[in-house]
Amino acid sequence: MLIKNSPDIKPSEITNESHYLNRRSLLQSAGFMAGGLLLPSFFGHQKAEASVTLESYPNLKASHFSTDEKITTYDNATSYCNFYEFGTGKSDPSQYASKVKPKKWAVTVAGACDKPGQYTLEDILKPHALEERIYRLRCVETWSMVVPWVGFPLVDLLKRFQPNSRAKYVRFETLHDPDLMPGQNRNTLDWPYVEGLHIDEATNPLALVTIGMYGKELPMQNGAPIRLVIPWKYGFKSIKSIVKIEFVEKQPKTSWNLSAPREYGFYANVNPTVSHPRWSQSKERRLGAWGKQKTLPFNGYADQVAHLYKGMDLKKYF
Amino acid sequence: MLKVAIFLLSLTPAGWLAWLTLNDQLGANPVEMLTHQSGLWALRLLLITLAITPLCTLSGWHAPRRLRRMLGLYAFFYALLHLLIYLILDRGLYFADIWEDIIERPYITVGFATFLLLLPLAITSNNYMMKRMGRAWKTLHQLVYLCGLGGVLHYMWLVKADLLNPGGYLFIFLLLMLLRFKPFTTLIRRR
Ligand code: HEM
Repeated sequence: MLIKNSPDIKPSEITNESHYLNRRSLLQSAGFMAGGLLLPSFFGHQKAEASVTLESYPNLKASHFSTDEKITTYDNATSYCNFYEFGTGKSDPSQYASKVKPKKWAVTVAGACDKPGQYTLEDILKPHALEERIYRLRCVETWSMVVPWVGFPLVDLLKRFQPNSRAKYVRFETLHDPDLMPGQNRNTLDWPYVEGLHIDEATNPLALVTIGMYGKELPMQNGAPIRLVIPWKYGFKSIKSIVKIEFVEKQPKTSWNLSAPREYGFYANVNPTVSHPRWSQSKERRLGAWGKQKTLPFNGYADQVAHLYKGMDLKKYF
Repeated sequence: MLKVAIFLLSLTPAGWLAWLTLNDQLGANPVEMLTHQSGLWALRLLLITLAITPLCTLSGWHAPRRLRRMLGLYAFFYALLHLLIYLILDRGLYFADIWEDIIERPYITVGFATFLLLLPLAITSNNYMMKRMGRAWKTLHQLVYLCGLGGVLHYMWLVKADLLNPGGYLFIFLLLMLLRFKPFTTLIRRR
């Protein structure tokens, strides 16, 4: 079985020329990062020129899960990102990743299932019809956005691997490649980034495998080429740039939970009544907006998911 | 001349922020941008103020001493701006939320305490008060060290996982404190 240690695809194949071109400016900006201490950091607040083309997806199915709320601008949703693999500043990912486009990609499927193995991105996508889902996404840092994602239900993908009865949880892993992802040269988190879901959460119809946004491919800074969007949970659960899916029996150890267990729970359901030690979670601010609005339980998706947590103390399992 | 130049220079971040605001250039999260930049400039100016004395002692060039009061007042100006942005734009003057923040979140507690310490320093930063207070003035203004520490702690406490930037400020603050130690400065000057 070719599950572990079979890197058929070298990290270098994932990058392309524009990435290597980008390396130079990256080294220059490393000086900027240190200099950022006393220099006005808003001089770095410039948009990188887009040099990669993102394919469009025509004929997307509409979804009845979509909200009709005002959609966040493309600029805001792609320039203000949390993706520590590319740096901890909000503009770092767009600055360092926007010129990177993954070329070849594979996802390793492992654990308690009948069809483990290494699947190319094409293998993964082939049987699925793409749909557009306009979801709210709520970050634990109290900002939020409304984004038209392109993807298909996670449950449809997981079924293909035929998980067995020991598959109680699903564990996901992000690419670990410090050459491509400069933020991984520092130990801000324990790389690779790991997230996880209970199998009942992963098979809820809202959980979305996502490969695009705004009718186009995902830009690298938003988690290309394949990520999750779990709209009723805080953003950090929606893991980006996935290279591994594993069916496991025990609750996986996830990155932010390991980094600060008191602050980030495994479940991380959006919950206005449970404060983060540093932020009240009762309100949120949409990207682009000045004012705040009330945060809803399960980010407004209670009808679809609240039953999953029946009888659970959500203050304890936050 | 020097004083006018530094006066204008210290005003540029505020002008820049005003320009960004008026031209809708603050980015995806305008309130956060204003909060962060005003906070950073408050801390930077506070540390620059604290750097003047050791700088003069070490270099023997004493002209910058005249800038200290102005720079300190600027630090206060940006802290006040920072506080107003937080109170009005971030929390919408919703005092229940603000109170909860002050009580439950250590970084806000420390930020407020630091601001309250800066306040009397700013009020007494004029010739009249200096004369009137005599010796007490000097004692009072020793609080500025505590303000520097408070500003740095506030910053360390609010970041999520990446301590690089606040750590840099902590380093600079500690260095500036060290440079005030006589034995240390004489050692450097003898070289
Ligand atoms: C008056 C009470 C204060 C309040 C309510 C306050 C509040 C805040 C808030 C809400 C943030 C943003 C936190 C986040 O994004 O998570 C912040 C950041 C910051 N504040 Fe304050 N603050 C206060 C006083 C101060 C003072 C006196 C200083 C400096 C001397 C200061 C320096 C900073 C710095 C450096 C940042 C971080 C900027 C960044 O992350 O880039 N603050 N403050």
